[in-house]
Amino acid sequence: MATAAPPSGFLFNRQGWAVFIGVGILLIAVVPLLNLATPEGSAFHLGNYLIPLLGKYLCYAILALALDLIWGYAGILSLGHGAFFALGGYAFGMYLMREIGTRGVYGNPLLPDFMVFLNWQELPWYWYGFNHFWFAAAMALLVPGFFGMLIGWFAFRSRVTGVYLSIITQATTFALMLAFFRNDMGFGGNNGLTDFKSLLGYDLHLPSTRIGLYIATVIALGIAYLICRAIVTSKLGRVLLALRDAEARVRFIGYSTTNAKLFVFTVSAMLAGLAGALYVPQIGIINPSEFSPANSIEIAIWVAVGGRGTLAGAILGAVLVNLGKSWLTGAAPDFWLFFLGGLFILVTMFLPQGVVGIGQKWRFWRARRQSAVAVAAGHD
Amino acid sequence: MTETLVAPPAPTASPAADTHLYLDGVSVSFDGFKAINNLSLVIGKGELRTIIGPNGAGKTTMMDIITGKTRPNTGVVFFDGTIDLTKQDESAIANLGIGRKFQKPTVFENLTVFQNLELALKTARGTWRTLFYKMVGSERDRIEEMLVEIGLKERHDEIAGALSHGQKQWLEIGMLLVQDAQLLLLDEPVAGMTDHETEETADLILSIAGQRTLVVVEHDMEFVRRLGARITVLHEGSVLAEGPLDHVQNDPRVIEVYLGR
Amino acid sequence: MVRATRTGRPGYGFFVALLALLIFGATIGPHSASAADLPELVKTLGSDDFSEKDGAIKALGELGDPRAIVVLQALAAGQLAVVQESQKVAITEATGDDLKLTDAVTGEDLGTVAEDAIDRIRVNNRLRSSIDGAMSALQIFSKSPEQRFAASRDAFRTATPAMAATLEKALTTETVPAVRDAMARSLAAVRLKTGTSAERTQAIATLASTTDPEIAGMLRGLADAGDTPPDVKRAAETAAQAIERKLKMISVAGNLIEGISLGSVLLLAAIGLAITFGLMGVINMAHGEMIMLGAYTAYVVQELFRAFLPPGIFGLYLIVAIPVAFLVAGAVGVALERCIIRFLYGRPLETLLATWGISLMLQQLVRSVFGAPNKAVANPEWMTGGFNVIGGLTVTWNRVYIIIFCFVVLAALAVTLSRTSYGLYVRAVMQNRPIASVMGIATARIDALTFGLGSGIAGMAGVALSQIGNVSPNLGTIYIVDSFLVVVFGGVGSLMGTLVGAMGIGIVNKLLEPFAGAILGKIVVLVAIILFIQKRPRGLFALKGRSVEA
Repeated sequence: MATAAPPSGFLFNRQGWAVFIGVGILLIAVVPLLNLATPEGSAFHLGNYLIPLLGKYLCYAILALALDLIWGYAGILSLGHGAFFALGGYAFGMYLMREIGTRGVYGNPLLPDFMVFLNWQELPWYWYGFNHFWFAAAMALLVPGFFGMLIGWFAFRSRVTGVYLSIITQATTFALMLAFFRNDMGFGGNNGLTDFKSLLGYDLHLPSTRIGLYIATVIALGIAYLICRAIVTSKLGRVLLALRDAEARVRFIGYSTTNAKLFVFTVSAMLAGLAGALYVPQIGIINPSEFSPANSIEIAIWVAVGGRGTLAGAILGAVLVNLGKSWLTGAAPDFWLFFLGGLFILVTMFLPQGVVGIGQKWRFWRARRQSAVAVAAGHD
Repeated sequence: MTETLVAPPAPTASPAADTHLYLDGVSVSFDGFKAINNLSLVIGKGELRTIIGPNGAGKTTMMDIITGKTRPNTGVVFFDGTIDLTKQDESAIANLGIGRKFQKPTVFENLTVFQNLELALKTARGTWRTLFYKMVGSERDRIEEMLVEIGLKERHDEIAGALSHGQKQWLEIGMLLVQDAQLLLLDEPVAGMTDHETEETADLILSIAGQRTLVVVEHDMEFVRRLGARITVLHEGSVLAEGPLDHVQNDPRVIEVYLGR
Repeated sequence: MVRATRTGRPGYGFFVALLALLIFGATIGPHSASAADLPELVKTLGSDDFSEKDGAIKALGELGDPRAIVVLQALAAGQLAVVQESQKVAITEATGDDLKLTDAVTGEDLGTVAEDAIDRIRVNNRLRSSIDGAMSALQIFSKSPEQRFAASRDAFRTATPAMAATLEKALTTETVPAVRDAMARSLAAVRLKTGTSAERTQAIATLASTTDPEIAGMLRGLADAGDTPPDVKRAAETAAQAIERKLKMISVAGNLIEGISLGSVLLLAAIGLAITFGLMGVINMAHGEMIMLGAYTAYVVQELFRAFLPPGIFGLYLIVAIPVAFLVAGAVGVALERCIIRFLYGRPLETLLATWGISLMLQQLVRSVFGAPNKAVANPEWMTGGFNVIGGLTVTWNRVYIIIFCFVVLAALAVTLSRTSYGLYVRAVMQNRPIASVMGIATARIDALTFGLGSGIAGMAGVALSQIGNVSPNLGTIYIVDSFLVVVFGGVGSLMGTLVGAMGIGIVNKLLEPFAGAILGKIVVLVAIILFIQKRPRGLFALKGRSVEA
C-alpha cells in the first residue's frame, strides 16, 4: 500500500484537466455517434445492445471509485459496498415500478404487480413519494448514505478496523440479502423489481432513452471522479492517507479519525447508491442477489486490478475486469470463475499496484534507461 | 473538548496553579497484571522532567494514560489544573496541547516531509474544515522555519518513509513543535541515534525547555545526565525515587533495581 | 431393524411401540370370542334399514375381530356389495369393466361378475361416523402393537360409552406398557366427556400426566365451558394448566436441543477457522471450500464403498471418510499455505482477497469435476432414525452424532494445543515468531502444519455436514459468513470463545425462531452480533492488554 500522496493543489493541473475533458468528450460524443450516425453493418457501428452494456461498465466504474476512496485512501476495505449499490438501485427501482402505473399485468394504478399478486390492499408507507422522480433520486443517495453513516458510526466509534470491519460489512450485506429475499419486506422478494416501462415518460426500450441514460452515467462518473479527486487532494485526503498507515498517530496529533472516516465512508456509500440508481434502468432489474457477499468482494478485485489508491485505476479496473467477464462468460463460461479467482490471487501476490502500477513502473524504467542512454551518449 | 471544572476528589489536594500535569493514585491493570500501581506525579509548568525505569516499569503505559489511549482503573489525571484527562479521547487531549512522540518513530511514511508537518501544524482539526483547508502564507513560513530547525529543509519534498531513523525522530519532534503542544511527552527520543545526533537532540530539547513542559522517558543515562533535569524513577508501576540526578543515582533502591553497578 | 426415513418419520408412537415389542416380545391374540357373530352381523349390513346397518356396524366394532376391519374399510370405501344371486355379502374390486368378488366373511373367491349383478351397500354420513368409531375400536384389538397403540392413542376422539367399554375390555388383556398407557389415557379422556362427576374428576387426574396438546385443549374447553360442574371445572383448570406448562417446557426444550444442534454445526464449521484465523490470524475465505472438499470426500468414499466393497460394511464408509477428508483438506491447506498464503502474512486484507480467489477456483474445480447438481451422501443405517426424549420430543441420531463429534474434535484439538510439543510450538510461534525462530523452532513448518490442521478439521466438518444437508459446490458459501461471525463473536484466539460463540448463536437463533420465523430470526441474530462486535470488538473471550493493540 505504498501509494504516495497526490500533490497538493486544486484538482488537476492544466494537463490533467485536458485529459479529463478529453475522455469526457470521447465518452459522451463519440460513443452515441458511433451508434446513431454509422450505418448498421459498418465496422464502426456500435450495436444498440452495446449501449446499456457500456453504461453498466460505467456504473461499475462509479462503484469502484466509491470503494477505492475508502479502501485505497483510508484503508477501509468494505465488503458490503454491493449493499449500498443495491439500496440505491432499489430506491430508483421503486420509482420505475410506480411509473409503470396501469401498464402492469394487473393494471393496478397504485400497487405494483407483485403487491397485487400477494393480495396486498394498500401501498406500504415507505413506498409513498417514490412516484416522484426527484424524491426517488434523492432517496437513492440518502438511503445508502444513511446506512453507510449508521454502519460507519457504529464501527469507527468503537474502532473496529481492518478485517473486522470487512467481516462486519460482509455480514451486514448478507443480512440485508436475507431481508430483501422476504416477500413481507415489500420489495418484490426473490424476483425483485423489474418489468420497468418508462423513466420520466421516456420509453426505456427506445435506443434514444438508452443513449440518454448512458450520457447521464458518463456525467455522473465525471462528477463522482471530481468529488473523489477533490477529497483526496485536500488536506483531508492527506489525513486519510495518514490514518490508513498510522491511525493512532493521527489521533495523537488531534484529528478525529472517527469523523474523517465516517465522512468518506458516507460519501462512498452515496456514490455506490448513485451507481446503483443508474444501473437499474439500464439493466432493467434489481433483485436481492445484488446484496450477495460475493458481489461486494468482486468490487474489491476491480479496484485491485486497476490499482488501488489511484482513482483512474479504479475506473480502469472496473471496465477491464467486466469486459473480461462479458467476454469470458460468453466464450467459456466454465472458465470465468477460474479466471476471476486467479485474478484475485495474481493481483494480490504480484501486482499490488495494479495495472496503473505497471504503467508507472514501466515509465520509471524507461526514464532510467533514457537517462542511462543519455549518460552513455555523453561519454562518447 | 469540554473542560471538566470539577475539583479532584478528596482527600486529594487540588493541584497548585503552576502545576501542568497532575497524576494521583493512578492504577491500571491488564488481566490482573498491575501495569501502573498507585502512581502519583506532579509536573510544573515549563518543567523539564526525565523519567527512567527498567523495562515494564510502566513508562509507556503512563503516557498512554495521559494521552487518553488507556483509561485508568482508579486515580485522577489533571491537565492545567482543572482539565480531567480521563474523560477525554486522544484527539481532544491532543487539541488541549499535549503532544506525544512514540518510542518507535511514527511519521506518516507515505506523505512527504512537508505534508507530515502540514498535518501536525496547529490549525482547525474538524473534518469539514480539513476538507476545505487552504494553507496561508504564515503557516507555510512556520513549516519552512521548522524544516530548517530540524535540518530537513533539503528533503522537504521527499517521502518520509525514505528518511533515516534519526531523521524520522527529528521530524517527529518537529511535528510536535508545529503542533504547538504545551506539554510534550517524548518516549525515548534518542533511541537508535548516533552519538552526534543524540547530542544535537539534547540541545534541541534544552532549547525548548522553559517555554514548554517536557517529559522525557529515556534509557540512555549519558543523555539523561546531559539534560540535567529532575528525575523520576519508575518501578513496577509506581514512583521509586525522585530528585536531581546525583540524589537518584545514590539511592540504594534505585541502584538495586535499575542502575546496577 | 429400526427403519425410519430422514424426514417425515411416522409418529414417535410407532417407535415406542416397536421398542416395547422388541423388549417384551409379547403379542396378544385377536379377540376371537365373538367370531361366530361375524357372519350374522355382516349379513345385517346388507339390510336396507339404515338403523339396522348402524347397529351392525357398532356391534362389529365391539367384536374385536380383525376381519371386521377389512369389511368396514370396504364398506367405508363403497366396495361392499350384496351379490344378487347368492345374497352373500362380498367385497368388490374393479378388474377392467367387471368386478372381482371376495366373500366378506370367509375371504373366498366368488368369481367375477358385471356391475349389474350386485347391489352396492350404501352408506350415509351417520354410518360413516359409526364406521370411524368402530374402526378405531377394532384397531385397539389389532395384532400389531403399533396399530393398537395408534388406535388407543386416538380413541378418545370417539367419546362414547361404547368406546369406554371397549377400552376397558382391551385394558384387561393388554401387556405392552406403552399401549396400556395410551389406553388408560384415552379411557380417561372418554370418561371425561361421558362419565359421572366422580369418574370425570378421576379421569382428569389421570390426564394431567399427559403431554398431548389435544387433551390439553379438551381440558381447557371443559374448564372454560359454562355448564361444567364446579369441582370438575376446578380439576380441569388445574390439569389444563399443568399440561400447558409441560407443553411449553417441552417446546422450549425442543428449541434448546435444536439450538444445540445448530450450534454444533456452527461450531464444526468454525473450529478450523478458529485455528487459521483465530490462532494464525489468516483470513481464509476459502475455509468454506475446505468444508466442501470434506463433504465431497465423503461422497467419493461412499461411491468407492458402493463399487468395490460388500454392502454389509457400507455403513463404515463414514468412519473411513473422516480421516480421509482430514488428509485431503489438510493437504490442500498445506499446499495453499506454501504456495500462496505465506507470501501474504501480515497483509490481512490481501490475504482475504487471495483466499477468496482460491475459494472461487475450488468451487469451479469441483463443479467441473463432479457437476453442479447436488450429490447424495447417504446416512449409514446407524445414523438414521432418532429417539424420543420426552413426550413428543424426538432427536434424530445424526444430530446426536454431530453434537458428539464436534465436542470430540474440539477436545482433541484443545489437548493437541495444550499438551503436545507441537501445540507448544504453535503457541510459541503465534505469540512471538522471531523469538520462537531464534529458539530453533521451524516456524515455516509450524505455519504450514497449523494451516493444514485447520483445513483438515474443516474437511472433517464437511463429512459431518454431508450427513445433514446437500453436498454441492456452494456448500462452503453457506457457512463462511457464519463461521467468521462465530470466531469473531467468541473472541479471536480462544477455543472456549468459539465454543460459547457457536452454541450461543445456535441456541438464540432457535429460541427466536418461534417468534420471528427462520429468516427474520437469523437476521436478528446477525444484527445482534454486528452490534455486539461494535461494543466489544475483541469478542466475548477477549485477550486484553497492551500487546493486543500494538
